[in-house]
Amino acid sequence: MEKVLFIAHTDADGNLPKAALETLTAAKATCGDLTVGLIGADVQAAADSIAECGAEAILGVSGDAFGASRYSTDAAAIEALVKQAAPEVVIAPNTARFARSMPGAAFRCGGKIDTHITGMFREGGKLEVQRWYYRQRMSATLSREARPWFLLLEGGLAEAFSGAGSAIVQTVDVAVDNVRTEVVGVQAPDSDAQTIRPEAEVLFVAGAGWMKKQADGEVKIKDAEEIILGFLDKTQASLGSTKSLVDQEAEGDVLNFMSHMNQVGQTGSTPRHNKGLATCCHGEEPHTVGWRFINERRAISLDANCGWAQGKADVLYIADAFEVMKKVNELL
Amino acid sequence: MSFHIVVCGSLVPDPLQTLEPMQGPTGPALKNEMMLPAVLDPWAGHALFEAATLAANVPGSKVWLVSLGPKAKLQQLMMSIAQKVAFDLVAVDGPAGGFLDAFETAEALAGAIDGIAGLEKDKMLLFGGCASSSRDASVTMQLIGERLGITDQFLAVDELKPEADGSFQIMERIEAGEYLVSKCAGAPAMVGWATGNLPEPPNNPQVGMQNMRTVMPALQQAKPAQVGTGDVNFTKVEVPQQRRETKIVKDTPVEEIAADIVAWLKG
Ligand SMILES: Cc1cc2nc3c(=O)[nH]c(=O)nc-3n(C[C@H](O)[C@H](O)[C@H](O)COP(=O)(O)OP(=O)(O)OC[C@H]3O[C@@H](n4cnc5c(N)ncnc54)[C@H](O)[C@@H]3O)c2cc1C
Repeated sequence: MEKVLFIAHTDADGNLPKAALETLTAAKATCGDLTVGLIGADVQAAADSIAECGAEAILGVSGDAFGASRYSTDAAAIEALVKQAAPEVVIAPNTARFARSMPGAAFRCGGKIDTHITGMFREGGKLEVQRWYYRQRMSATLSREARPWFLLLEGGLAEAFSGAGSAIVQTVDVAVDNVRTEVVGVQAPDSDAQTIRPEAEVLFVAGAGWMKKQADGEVKIKDAEEIILGFLDKTQASLGSTKSLVDQEAEGDVLNFMSHMNQVGQTGSTPRHNKGLATCCHGEEPHTVGWRFINERRAISLDANCGWAQGKADVLYIADAFEVMKKVNELL
Repeated sequence: MSFHIVVCGSLVPDPLQTLEPMQGPTGPALKNEMMLPAVLDPWAGHALFEAATLAANVPGSKVWLVSLGPKAKLQQLMMSIAQKVAFDLVAVDGPAGGFLDAFETAEALAGAIDGIAGLEKDKMLLFGGCASSSRDASVTMQLIGERLGITDQFLAVDELKPEADGSFQIMERIEAGEYLVSKCAGAPAMVGWATGNLPEPPNNPQVGMQNMRTVMPALQQAKPAQVGTGDVNFTKVEVPQQRRETKIVKDTPVEEIAADIVAWLKG
């Protein structure tokens, strides 16, 4: 089995994100001798949190410059870790930070990279991975000849690793020079606009129907806003949207807690939640490809011939979503 | 301080089309790939519109569109996008499917960019989509950046605000609907765009006429590129059996539907 380097970066508090711990479990289960490489302002706490993972060594690139997510310093750190550990396979979580920096680092190390990995296993002794093509339309199983082979794993592939202790970190020095990008910080949406909740059990999708003229000839934006926010408040669901709805937003008719960050689908996100409820949404293919990782799916639409009826939802309610959701909120 | 903006973007099948994989001579491909109607890869499209707006706001700037795809299909694509914004086309003749290796694609594109006459690398902003909607890997742009020696790179960008001194502020999408805000000293940089903030520009026939002056010669001069699946060995490509047995509930009182949904949410 291939010698593997698991790489993770710390979060703002110096801990390892859940996605990293899940990736560590997956790496241990499928690869051979393990080395850990950590990147952060200070990596000791992160190293201690996985001290019992059985790694031959825990390498660390640390210092203020490595606390922030920045391409030049991250790519240099990854390159240094890989050169030190000389692995055949490099496995890391598909975080925004690594999505940006890992491909360039793979290039510098003479390796190849595959991203958004949703499965990793051995077939006849050979390491194979699974990923999606054409925005979740087709899944492929593949392997590569090239080494080192870099893999960025999606969350949820394995249980989060736990095994804290006291770890010895071998420091890997990386020169920090010619840094031209200064990280200013993270900008979170206003608290009433904090509607994207990746850890939520339920995804609630709002479609363009919420902004359309209803049977009585009225557009009911205020009602829509109240109903949607009421539901999110009661369930702590994550809010998704169709493209049509957020495009209208851009034109100025606003549900002010909604932006194109909420968009699910072909040119939006592919979130992971156990349940999804679509409302006032037609369920067209470019939208529903974003539902690939939603297990249980229900929809409320006025149109009995909408996409959800074509085998895309488990249950489709043909009803007025304004009325149904108002009642749902009352019952919750 | 002006910018030389190079946008990498090509075609993808129209997302409303049904896609079916098949085994091609060198690896997986799409059934009837050459016949499928194509559109400009959406995130690359946002990059192109952002590039045009940035160039219009920073005098002396210029936009190139570098596209790798089958020549005949690129020509069709140009019919639909050449009227949108002004650019100089650099065409590279080769395949443009999702199963092609990002490393080979990046090599071909970096080579084409290297060959652009009049491109000043110290003014270069390398733009592209944060991911293609075919391979969807978010890898190609970084590899092109590395090949061109660009070490300031940004991915999933929604905003680039230039300052008078050539520096700029960037907002990148990160987890949980948050943004990472950075300041970059200036070009050269790679910017992989998400949706950005601009609507799709309306067609402008004048822009179309102006673009056609470079589009037709660029297509005629398109150099062939050897791009394949690289060292990837695909053992299986399939469209998942995704059809669910949809239960349709209609003519049912609102109270009953609401109770059913609440029971499901709580269950
Ligand atoms: C290149 C490209 C990329 C795309 N990417 C995406 C993407 O990432 N995400 C995405 O979502 N779309 C995407 N689309 C667009 C997609 O094809 C659809 O146009 C879009 O998803 C439709 O949104 P919608 O269902 O909200 O709106 P509509 O199609 O307008 O449907 C509104 C629905 O609301 C229902 N309705 C109205 N009032 C009520 C009511 N009171 N109660 C119940 N139901 C009601 C109507 O019956 C209708 O079914 C893309 C398209 C293209 C061409």
